Amino acid sequence: MALFQIAEPGESAAPHQHRLAVGIDLGTTNSLVATVRSGMSVVLNDEKGRSLLPSVVRYAADGTIDTGYSAQKQQAIDPKNTIVSVKRFMGRGRRDIAHVETLPYDFVVNENAAEGMVRLKTVQGIKSPVEVSAEILKTLRLRAEASLGGELTGAVVTVPAYFDDAQRQATKDAARLSGLNVLRLLNEPTAAAIAYGLDNGSEGIYAVFDLGGGTFDVSILRLAKGIFEVLATGGDSALGGDDFDHRVFCWIIQQAKLNPLSPGDARLLQVRAREAKEYLSQHSEAQITVKLGSGEYVDVTLSTEVFAEITRTLVDKTLAATRKALRDAKLAVDEVKGVVMVGGSTRIPQVQHAVSELFHQEPLNNLDPDKVVALGAAIQANLLAGNRTADEDWLLLDVIPLSLGLETMGGLVEKLIPRNSTLPIAKAQEFTTFKDGQTAMAIHVVQGERELVSDCRSLAHFELRGFPPMVAGAARIRVSFQVDADGLLSVTAREQTSGVEARVEVKPSYGLRDEEITVMLKDGYSHAADDASRRALREAQVEAQRLIEAVQAALKTDSALLSDGERQAIDQALTQLQTSLIADERKRIDSAMTALSQATNEFAARRMNASVQRALTGRKVSDVT
Amino acid sequence: MLAPDLTLASDYFALLHVPRTQAQDVAVLDAHFRELQGRVHPDKHAHATTADQRLAMQWATRVNEAYQALKHPLARARYLLGLLGHDVAVETNTAMPPEFLMAQMELREAVEDAQVGAGDTAIRQLETLLDQLHVRMRAEQAELVRLIDTNHDYAAACDLVRQLMFQEKLRDEIDAALDRATA
Repeated sequence: MALFQIAEPGESAAPHQHRLAVGIDLGTTNSLVATVRSGMSVVLNDEKGRSLLPSVVRYAADGTIDTGYSAQKQQAIDPKNTIVSVKRFMGRGRRDIAHVETLPYDFVVNENAAEGMVRLKTVQGIKSPVEVSAEILKTLRLRAEASLGGELTGAVVTVPAYFDDAQRQATKDAARLSGLNVLRLLNEPTAAAIAYGLDNGSEGIYAVFDLGGGTFDVSILRLAKGIFEVLATGGDSALGGDDFDHRVFCWIIQQAKLNPLSPGDARLLQVRAREAKEYLSQHSEAQITVKLGSGEYVDVTLSTEVFAEITRTLVDKTLAATRKALRDAKLAVDEVKGVVMVGGSTRIPQVQHAVSELFHQEPLNNLDPDKVVALGAAIQANLLAGNRTADEDWLLLDVIPLSLGLETMGGLVEKLIPRNSTLPIAKAQEFTTFKDGQTAMAIHVVQGERELVSDCRSLAHFELRGFPPMVAGAARIRVSFQVDADGLLSVTAREQTSGVEARVEVKPSYGLRDEEITVMLKDGYSHAADDASRRALREAQVEAQRLIEAVQAALKTDSALLSDGERQAIDQALTQLQTSLIADERKRIDSAMTALSQATNEFAARRMNASVQRALTGRKVSDVT
Repeated sequence: MLAPDLTLASDYFALLHVPRTQAQDVAVLDAHFRELQGRVHPDKHAHATTADQRLAMQWATRVNEAYQALKHPLARARYLLGLLGHDVAVETNTAMPPEFLMAQMELREAVEDAQVGAGDTAIRQLETLLDQLHVRMRAEQAELVRLIDTNHDYAAACDLVRQLMFQEKLRDEIDAALDRATA
């Protein structure tokens, strides 16, 4: 006979249960998943003991979807349906993609929108980059669940620091679609800094130079007293190892005087170009011999000198962005205590050399540049999932990489939130109507540093509706722009004189609308119809349990802030939610959760005020300095 | 109770628990900012209720705002003068002493001249101009402390704030020129 679990009513049976949380590095070339196990951050391998998952997805004619190494093997045979480096398409239009003419995919021209995110026509239908990325994330989620033996509480997914709002949103959507609960989007260089900083207990100013497969980031951080504070970030979200490969690819075509290539040959040559680049990290020259499908032979030798020559402008770009980040942080080169190298492309010797020359010091390479981002993300995930221990009391303060602005008269941009502002940040702006009886207005939000709207990236058009009609100029509509800790923007609006909250409709310029995501989520479950509702019930139960635990913990420490009546109301709502959990009915759980949340709103506000009060007034200034 | 109740509506000085003066010890400001964010940041409430998380975001946003406003001497002066009932009136009051305007025009010309030059020479010239401007701005920031904290001459402080904002704009222009020259 099984033993009954004995627990006080209302107390969870396992209060110190370790919650399963992972960090995922969703890379251009490779992706990884890591977790904290017995206090150590470790990368989780696949069943064959491999840590990297090539970021390649193949849609096969028989309806199967391959990811990773098995998909990678098919890329020269089936280039149209084998998607590599999909990260470069996230939140991007066709015109944004470099060397688009050399890519073998069938891009779908978006007819109803002027641009919009690119879509790819595959043998399994039209796929958005979000869906392709979700397949990679799903493979990693399943790997983690198999390896950890349970369902995940949540994941921290990393993004390049220089990703704009559309690219971040696309990443978050992909994670949702893959069945992950996203605890936080974390900037890749910051994740690397966590992995390094916590290992070495370092203090001072650090630079993180992160050159990956498709993106380049540089972040300047201040590490002090358990706080990782990003001072400035810069980079190029379309510059990475792929571009070095492309230079080699073009050089081969030129040297071998090749005719226009078939998609299969082009892919083959790209692979060889990449192998040659990697070989040159250890050797002084690389021989490239290929027999093409066209029957042509390629036999050329690439020396490190020539490689350095043809890729010089790429390295110079990274140095310029690094200097700019330092200027933004108002720091001189000699104030930087250490330079952390991240990303596979930092293995290129000339990159190492250029960075050490710029900073007058040898960069740090002691953690594997391919793994360090995932390791840092796992540490953050562990913390956010609530597996915090007393000595792990640290905090991360990150920034917004690109300024946010509004379109004003004449196609000009009015800066709203400057780049490198610490997150979260909000800004409110007041607008008025210019027509009698006007009840709606549109706001165009852009991201970038330039003065003209056409030179910045369009993020979204926000349509505000439903405020009361008034004479022109009488309405005062206060629009609040909030950027959260993930670096994602949300907009709310309220008409000040009437207090009416406006409905805000978001039309993302390069993203998916909420309805599209909902459809994709549904499609994912179409094979098992009741799977979707069972999953929704399960999610509601988990959420309710979390709420119960949080409220009980709050009552335990701060019930002194409540009157008897208030306490009674909360207790009652709490009991109702607990009973609804037994009923196995989603609607009942949802409404009981809403009731408990409402009952605890004021309590939450008072607790936060009290906590702030304790933070500073409870101790002398000398204690905290 | 040691201090009045702190809420989201408290002024920035109260929030960061520093004296309501133009002179500030940046180390104390930094420490208090970190201490506060350590309490209110959303990451510290990731496992709390949705209401707690929303509040955490509001608080963290407010604390960031307060820190930004008090960290930079010019922003701090504008905010403090506002609390004291003196609007700096940047948009409406554009009157400047003629000798200040002359000096600004000369500086601006020097910036333009430097940009005509090529490569490293242009960069060096711009950096020299930036250094000179910084020296001047630091002296004027010290003067702001004297005007506000010691003399309580708020009208004069407002005038000086407007001049400093002018110079800050020029500094941004030099920064932008440097960006172009080094790109």
